[in-house]
Amino acid sequence: MEESLGATGLVFNEPLLWEKGRKGRSGFSMPASDVDPFPLDEKFAGEGPDFPDLSELDVVRHFTRLSHWNFGVDSGMYPLGSCTMKYNPKTNERQASLRGIAAAHPLLPVHLSQGVLRMMFDLEHCLAEITGLPAVTLQPAAGAHGELTGMMIVRAFHRDAGSARSKILIPDTAHGTNPASAALCGFTPVSVKSDEQGVLSPEYVASVMDEDTAGIMVTNPNTLGLFEENIREIADIVHAKGGLVYVDGANMNAVMGIVNMGDVGVDIMHLNLHKTFSTPHGGGGPGSGPVCVREDLKPFLPVPRVVKEGDQYGLSQDFPRSIGKLQAFYGNVGVLVKAYSYILSMGKELKKASQLAVLNANYLRKKLTGVFHLPYDRPCMHECVFSDKMQEQYKVTTLDMAKRLMDYGFHPPTIYFPLVVHGAIMIEPTESESKETLDLFIEACKTIAEEAEKDPAVLFEAPTKPKARRMNETEAARKPCLAG
Amino acid sequence: MRYFPHTDEDIREMLQEIGLESLDALFADIPKDCRRARELELPSPLTEWELNAHMDTLAAHMAVSPEYKIFLGAGSYNHFIPEVVRQLLLRGEFFTAYTPYQPEISQGTLQAIYEYQTLTTRLLGMDVANASMYDGASALAEALLMAIRLTKRKKVAVSRLVHPFYRQVVQTYLTASGYEIVELPFLENGATDLSGLDGVTECAAVAIQSPNFFGCIEDLESQGKAVHTDMKTLFVVAFSEPLAYGLLKSPGARGADIACGEGQSLGIPQSFGGPGLGMFATKQEFVRNMPGRLVGQTTDKNGRRGFVLTLATREQHIRRERATSNICSNHGLCALASTMYMACVGGTGIRELARLNHDKAEYLKKGLRDVGATIPFEAPIFNEFLVRFPAGFKEVHSRLLKKKIVAGLDICTFYPELPDHYLLCATETNTREDMDALIEEVGSWKNH
Repeated sequence: MEESLGATGLVFNEPLLWEKGRKGRSGFSMPASDVDPFPLDEKFAGEGPDFPDLSELDVVRHFTRLSHWNFGVDSGMYPLGSCTMKYNPKTNERQASLRGIAAAHPLLPVHLSQGVLRMMFDLEHCLAEITGLPAVTLQPAAGAHGELTGMMIVRAFHRDAGSARSKILIPDTAHGTNPASAALCGFTPVSVKSDEQGVLSPEYVASVMDEDTAGIMVTNPNTLGLFEENIREIADIVHAKGGLVYVDGANMNAVMGIVNMGDVGVDIMHLNLHKTFSTPHGGGGPGSGPVCVREDLKPFLPVPRVVKEGDQYGLSQDFPRSIGKLQAFYGNVGVLVKAYSYILSMGKELKKASQLAVLNANYLRKKLTGVFHLPYDRPCMHECVFSDKMQEQYKVTTLDMAKRLMDYGFHPPTIYFPLVVHGAIMIEPTESESKETLDLFIEACKTIAEEAEKDPAVLFEAPTKPKARRMNETEAARKPCLAG
Repeated sequence: MRYFPHTDEDIREMLQEIGLESLDALFADIPKDCRRARELELPSPLTEWELNAHMDTLAAHMAVSPEYKIFLGAGSYNHFIPEVVRQLLLRGEFFTAYTPYQPEISQGTLQAIYEYQTLTTRLLGMDVANASMYDGASALAEALLMAIRLTKRKKVAVSRLVHPFYRQVVQTYLTASGYEIVELPFLENGATDLSGLDGVTECAAVAIQSPNFFGCIEDLESQGKAVHTDMKTLFVVAFSEPLAYGLLKSPGARGADIACGEGQSLGIPQSFGGPGLGMFATKQEFVRNMPGRLVGQTTDKNGRRGFVLTLATREQHIRRERATSNICSNHGLCALASTMYMACVGGTGIRELARLNHDKAEYLKKGLRDVGATIPFEAPIFNEFLVRFPAGFKEVHSRLLKKKIVAGLDICTFYPELPDHYLLCATETNTREDMDALIEEVGSWKNH
């Protein structure tokens, strides 16, 4: 490589918050009291928490320095498979911080909350159009929360029909959250193997689907980045035994405007607004995991629901078969606004986003074939999965190569997932990355593959450019130190 | 579209490299009968400026302070948020990063979450706190599920003075798993009546909120002792207003096994109810049964202090269906906001701020009592309280809305036995002048 993106520069050391400051400083513009002090019963009065006292600039420098130790999409390419780390438009942040939205109290009478209610109503409509599933709840706070909501709907649907089914089919390519969400609803997960092509076979599904099975949870496109091409036939099999088809829509970024999930037999699906619809991941949330369902499952959706009568929007509790409430209020509205802004900015171009995401992934797949082992050698959707098989002979692992990518200025891909591929390297470039950036990434991967062969010690030492080196994770788990 | 970097030439070159003719050909693996029959029907794309105008219009159709004088809390509180918090939060290195799976390039997020965990344990008086959950309601539901797992019991008791929405969420989570919930009634002074536990055995947990939904401070110490007469039962203390613990004894100091609740008050905008911050803390002995992500301190290869996600074997991506929870994304950015907020306010400041909230609410309470409203519950309060107005106040409430005053929340939907009872709140954002205006309105109506 001529000159890599990754460089070192001046960063700062910064202690923990409570290692700085002086008693009596303040970073808060405290209003003077305009009322008389009122005594509090001694029995309840405490001493207050032991927080450090810092000046405003102390706080600003502290977090600015910390931020320098982080890598975000704003810093560089972040090809974390299954996470869709696309660009998070700045204008979305402007919209979410409008005072009328950010300062809105959730319990004001609905006639004083028409703006946000309309936004929610319209967003539901957009998501219904995109998925082809007509009824939508915006309440779930994240993807896993959406899965839980979906599983509760499956459970309620069967109870309503007078049957309590105990099992749920979950492919071996599923996200780890899928079995955990199903278990929370009392279902026993039954693992379904994907075939040698990396997808589900209808025959296998037919052999395990029975009348005690509530349905199937399919990630489509799946975690190998492949479209479950037999989804229609599988849906027919599951429906014939009275089951429901749940789709984990974490990978919807591949098929917007291409596949109508309602048409292919999907009954329930969740979306991750923090993946497909550009809302920031925030270092681990808040996300948003709306759930879309077919018309006859609408009565089971969480309450309250946004309704429209004439030109007025309202909130209705009047859904007696609803599974109930998933969070205190109506969902992560501050996140919904950003997704709504994105959809309004994109319109029909959403299809183009999917096309370019798939173009980028296939370009990487093609250019990296032969650099890394490609276990499923076929066209992919929005992400492609390689492995470290070719580097095994040099005792170099996926982890070593991932760490080395940091030195070249890239965030590593998702590693060791999906579990069906040993030493998996799961790359999702998203549509946000340009051809030049992809070419740089490819070049870095090639250099790393060469290093693996010729100078593996460099990889075992990696990364060397970030402020922190490899961490002792064993020590962290053996003697947990979780608070200072 | 400005979010796409691809020129037509780029697309041509890339397709050529892949060996395809068109973008459509990329989707050849999707069977014909799975393709959409028609194009997406969505509005035409808006320019940035058109979007601004559209969103400004929506935002204009909302009632917010300071134009409106809002005396309403009930789980969502109006507090001043330093500009520092808003601006630092917008640093792209924080908000465009994902869960810190790669610690070498995520130390900013990791150290900040470690600081969040620490400040949370100090605020709540507990040993360990997780990296956050969705909101107060789901944190309480997760706490009860944790107690059920720990004790292998199938029943929990929850005070009726826990926020009604939190109880609904608990109901949703627990009935899905087939567990039983016993509701505890309340006493004449506005505190939870633990005699509701008489004859109830084998409880995994007893959950009490303090300050409770009526704004009253619960006597957690004696309640904790009563709960622990059954050694196995966990005492769960919930909250919707964490600022109260700037002034009050912490849940940990009063015997809580788990303290959990909503952290929105700590620097997070109300945003029509979400995203919030699910705060969750417990005792050291329960740490391996705790749901949610955890950040721990360790050292790097050079022996320098650093932080990593740890104890992941509790979590879904390893344990799958036997995990302590299904949670994956939490509310990391909200946890970060609250850390910045707690850092700005500081130890001295949080006491002063909490006292200010308390004094303002007491001022409003006294003022309303002086003009003839009834204060039905006598237990001490923090920044919220219940008022009983004479029958017919509903109309006054509506009339005041037209004057841009929100005189609390009518709670009869949640407590049908308490008609004409309104929950009012005063924080540092409500001025004496505004409170006097409300008191005067109520007084002049009473005198007619």
